[in-house]
Amino acid sequence: MTGASASTWETVIGLEIHAQLATRSKIFSGASTAYGAPPNAQASLIDLGFPGVLPVLNGEAVRMAVCFGLAIGARIARQSVFARKNYFYPDLPKGYQISQYELPVVAQGALDIVLDDGSTKRIGITRAHLEEDAGKSLHEGLGGVTGVDLNRAGTPLIEIVSEPDMRSAKEAVAYMKKVHTLVRYLEICDGNMQEGSFRCDANVSVRPQGSAKLGTRAEIKNINSFRFVEKAILYETARQIELIESGGKVVQETRLYDPDKGETRSMRTKEEANDYRYFPDPDLLPLVLDEAFIEAVRATLPELPDEKAARFSSQYGLSAYDAGVLTASRELAGYYEEVVRAAPREPKLAANWVMGELAAALNKENLDVGSGKMPAVRLAELLTRIADQTISGKLAKEVFEAMWASGESADAIIESKGLKQITDTGAIERAIEEVMARNPGQLADYRAGKDKLFGFFVGQVMKATQGKANPAQLNELLKKKLPG
Amino acid sequence: MSELIHRNSLTQLAAGLRAKTFSSVEVVRAYLARIEASQPALNAFVSVTADQALAAAAAADRDLAAGRGGALAGVPIGHKDLFCTAGVRTTCGSRMLDNFVSPYDATVVAKLKAAGAITLGKLNMDEFAMGSSNETSYYGPVRNPWNPDFVPGGSSGGSAAAVAARLVPGATATDTGGSIRQPAALCGITGIKPTYGRVSRYGMVAFASSLDQGGVLTTSAQDAALMLREMAGFDPNDSTSVDTPVPDYVAGLDAPLAGVKVGLIKEFVDEGLDRENELRIREALEVLERMGARLREVSLPNLPLSVPAYYVVAPAECSSNLARYDGVRFGHRCKDPRDLQDLYRRSRGEGFGAEVKRRIMTGTYVLSAGYYDAYYLKAQRVRQLITADFKRAFGEVDVLVGPTSPTAAFRIGAKTADPITMYLNDIYTIGANLAGLPALSVPCGFVGGPASAEVSAGRLPVGLQIVGPHFAEARILNVAHRYQLETDWHRQSPERFA
Repeated sequence: MTGASASTWETVIGLEIHAQLATRSKIFSGASTAYGAPPNAQASLIDLGFPGVLPVLNGEAVRMAVCFGLAIGARIARQSVFARKNYFYPDLPKGYQISQYELPVVAQGALDIVLDDGSTKRIGITRAHLEEDAGKSLHEGLGGVTGVDLNRAGTPLIEIVSEPDMRSAKEAVAYMKKVHTLVRYLEICDGNMQEGSFRCDANVSVRPQGSAKLGTRAEIKNINSFRFVEKAILYETARQIELIESGGKVVQETRLYDPDKGETRSMRTKEEANDYRYFPDPDLLPLVLDEAFIEAVRATLPELPDEKAARFSSQYGLSAYDAGVLTASRELAGYYEEVVRAAPREPKLAANWVMGELAAALNKENLDVGSGKMPAVRLAELLTRIADQTISGKLAKEVFEAMWASGESADAIIESKGLKQITDTGAIERAIEEVMARNPGQLADYRAGKDKLFGFFVGQVMKATQGKANPAQLNELLKKKLPG
Repeated sequence: MSELIHRNSLTQLAAGLRAKTFSSVEVVRAYLARIEASQPALNAFVSVTADQALAAAAAADRDLAAGRGGALAGVPIGHKDLFCTAGVRTTCGSRMLDNFVSPYDATVVAKLKAAGAITLGKLNMDEFAMGSSNETSYYGPVRNPWNPDFVPGGSSGGSAAAVAARLVPGATATDTGGSIRQPAALCGITGIKPTYGRVSRYGMVAFASSLDQGGVLTTSAQDAALMLREMAGFDPNDSTSVDTPVPDYVAGLDAPLAGVKVGLIKEFVDEGLDRENELRIREALEVLERMGARLREVSLPNLPLSVPAYYVVAPAECSSNLARYDGVRFGHRCKDPRDLQDLYRRSRGEGFGAEVKRRIMTGTYVLSAGYYDAYYLKAQRVRQLITADFKRAFGEVDVLVGPTSPTAAFRIGAKTADPITMYLNDIYTIGANLAGLPALSVPCGFVGGPASAEVSAGRLPVGLQIVGPHFAEARILNVAHRYQLETDWHRQSPERFA
């Protein structure tokens, strides 16, 4: 996309996010939802759509959907209705998907995202409804035939439909990440995008800057990574602008993003689209939720990411950015607070270490904070030794690496490596005197007014003490001694 | 002895087995012999499970000897062939399911098994329960035991013919628009469709889910009360089944009718009703009045809209319910499909018969974008109006009565050319399905055959329909039983099968 074109066009994006609910059993049957079983090992007669079987709604899926609705400040429908979406496909055993159509369980919520300039933007959420997932068609490794795996069929989903409120790929990614964080906070979705637990369809259109009318949109289906969402939207935006600028017209269609080629391709146009013949599912009664149930769910809501970030800022004196990073997941935030509980006087130091050394070390080994490799209390011990000046910040990094490698405590490593900081004034003075005696020339120059040599003396003393001299004390003593 | 076993009612058989007047093996043998002998003439059964039945009978005899066993211990029954039976094929009267063996028992089947009943086989029916004459079955038409040239009614034609010919003392059946009551009337037996939600639909192959309801066909209201009591009740596997206790229908049968308010549905005595049939209804009402019932006429003005409303709602649901028969996982699959579309087209094209296809197409049409509001939504509104009519009527009377069907049985083939004429058979029964109400049919006499039929038809039975408020099964069974104490229509059986 050329800079000139882009500035005359505005991109409009709405997302439909599918989040698999982390229930143990399926939404309408007792079969397990665990990932990775052999094909069709987790497909009950109900999932297979056998003659005579009937769906029974999983109450846990309802609770999770309500949980989500409350977390985005939405209206929870006192009565919602399951509907059948009719179409033929081999991975859809009944020939219809049970979903919600006219009356979804969650309507009219919103989430705030933070933009690059630090301002926040509210993204409207039109609705979130419960539905069952379909199975999978397998086309490879079966000698030219197509296989059907119905393990996923009947897995509960909430489909979260946003308003067309996003204006760039970046905003779309920020929104998607926000939803991702939220569903994991609520523990209603494992958020695993590789396994398809969290995926989205992006509705993308462009219009001239300043125009109030929406352009014709294309729907990009089934994108399962943040990076792909960004790339797919950027590609699609450029495609549409180029098409319009070269005199063409965008047609309403469904497109597929091909991550290998980095492009979107047409799947079917509006004319070829299915008529899903939605109608209320007569096998299921309307879902009626009373105030008591909704309030009981509300009472179980955890502290939400935005609330937690605000609290981190005020309680620990962290910047909005740091608070945001540390609350990106419930586990990380929990870890941080555990460190702070064990080293209560150093919340900022803790933030720097959790976001810096620890994050880097975890990243390097592709571990997450819950892995147990560096228990919070261990890190807190290290921070305490920095704070009480047992070791310098610089040596602390060495200690951290040793802790990471051996799993030993900070004290044990400081002890065994003899890294304890020298805070004994006499010892530091002796070291200074030795350095002064060994470097008469530099001392004379310094005294003649070459102030820059102060650093030389700091370095020499540190070298002589293997870096263990307390820096503040050393500074003070040098200032006293060097002038003679 | 065994020559006369079939003259016992289901209630008498249950009692006789308990008293060891006869053994279950004897009873089962006697009925199996009758089934075998009747099959060429009636074609009531799709599958006969003689070996399993005899083994179960032997086990029942051991239970009975030990003083164990449920209320139906050792009593033989038949199941309409849309109740799934583990290990025994369930065809739904369709080529589509000709090879389908269910891996599980329907709740109704399991409950009756638990009560001790013994399944003799699976009963013929209109394909996927779509039909009023049992002529749409892939396994050929069932014949009316009163006259084999005539239809038994449908869709539970096999169940009704089998009970009328005393091939089983009782049979399960289903009623979506009259499929229990209409064949009961045409075969001269008793049939009850309970309140929607009273009997579990789990394992009952779906036609139109919001209307389908399992029930029973027997020779008397007393037998119906016993059998229904054993198969009704809440089922956690069916979200539309209702969690209220099942009263002892048998215990309530004898309550006197004095003061019971009976309303004749005015709209049912219309120009479509056969004159002779109307006379039988009037005579039946006189019997009820003699017993102290207070009769009056009640108008349900929206009821005549029930046929058009039904023929939108039922096909709509059927078009979706039958989508699962795609040749992928079970049922008929065409030979050597070229691709997916070919697999769908030919498997469904070959597997379904004409009436099923007609309803799938109608249903697909009425649910289509642009037509949904005009058809499906409007039909649902009509349904609400009809339900409201019934509710108003039950504010004035205890039960509603009228004819079950416009005419007695008609000749096989007489109505197959014109689906609309066929659909009008259900004109008096559909209302109870749309409103979800319990309704039954009891035999109330005979007519010489419909006006259009030849004189040679001979005596053909007709039925009186009794409709009650939601969950008033006990009340309508009570009225029917008291009526049967005063009449003997239900004790008459076709001469050939006496």
